[in-house]
Amino acid sequence: MNNTLSVYLAIAAMALVTFACRSGGYLLFSRITPSPWLRRALAYLPGCIFIAYVVPALMSGPPQNWGGAAATMATMALSRNVGLSIAAGVIALFVIDGAAGFF
Amino acid sequence: MQVPVIFTQAGFWRGVKRALPLVGGLSPFGFVVGLITQHHGLSLAQCMAMNAFVYAGASELVALANWTHPAPILAAAFAALVVNLRFALMGPVLAPWFAGIKPLPRYASLAMLVDHSWAISVTDMRNGGHDFGLYVGISVPLWLGWMAATTAGFLSANTLNLPPNHPLFFGALSAFVALLVPLWRGKSDILPWLVAAGVAVFMAHAVPHTSWYIVSGAISGCITGALLETKRHE
Repeated sequence: MNNTLSVYLAIAAMALVTFACRSGGYLLFSRITPSPWLRRALAYLPGCIFIAYVVPALMSGPPQNWGGAAATMATMALSRNVGLSIAAGVIALFVIDGAAGFF
Repeated sequence: MQVPVIFTQAGFWRGVKRALPLVGGLSPFGFVVGLITQHHGLSLAQCMAMNAFVYAGASELVALANWTHPAPILAAAFAALVVNLRFALMGPVLAPWFAGIKPLPRYASLAMLVDHSWAISVTDMRNGGHDFGLYVGISVPLWLGWMAATTAGFLSANTLNLPPNHPLFFGALSAFVALLVPLWRGKSDILPWLVAAGVAVFMAHAVPHTSWYIVSGAISGCITGALLETKRHE
């Protein structure tokens, strides 16, 4: 197959599948009436989905990332400011890396 | 939940304000995606098409890691499926908002769904918010920022080379950590979160390079929470 065409077909396939993921869950749930139990379970989803993303990502990265995450969390808990919290995490990593280089 | 969903300009601008720091936090990640796209021999137009229409960085990285010439159509689609399956869990939670708007903008909005716009909107919805302008206000700058960051990464692939463990790249993970904090609702979250994290860590080792670990971790945590609540009500 033509190389350029195959790249665009792959991109189109990825875009289609991704849109199906984004809209599919909503479509499914708008057609059924979720039971009270299911609705209770869904209420736990936001926290669980993010913790399920964050913890393995931290465990597979370098150990200093835990320091950065702690700085981000503490800043977020105190300020509720996302931008400040991201900056605090990145700055903490610069500081930890700098300190590690110093010793 | 019976309050009708509205769309105000004030809500839109409130969303834009919330999105700007995320654009900053995510741009190093987008930059890396752009760099890697160039390394795999895609053209600038192909890089922009992928980021505009797939618009899911993690799945793009997984697909690109296994890229071939000609492009692996089925493998790329499968990578998109397994990494982006988590989006299917997000739509239903925001259903009260999506259901309140017309079909065309609804599906356009679903197409722009990402973890960050979702987390902020869910937090707002839980606090009684019902202004869909907020969601759109977050989504538009995030998409524009993503396009700018990935394109910049692509264009500077030959001149700039940051080490992969550069602290700036922590910005993407840091954004997720920050968004996690307001999702905490109290003591009843402890056990579900622990189960979600434990299952996710196990599955991430068992089935790497997919998002099954996120999906299975999240579902396990939800089941734990619902079971605990049912038990408490009895």
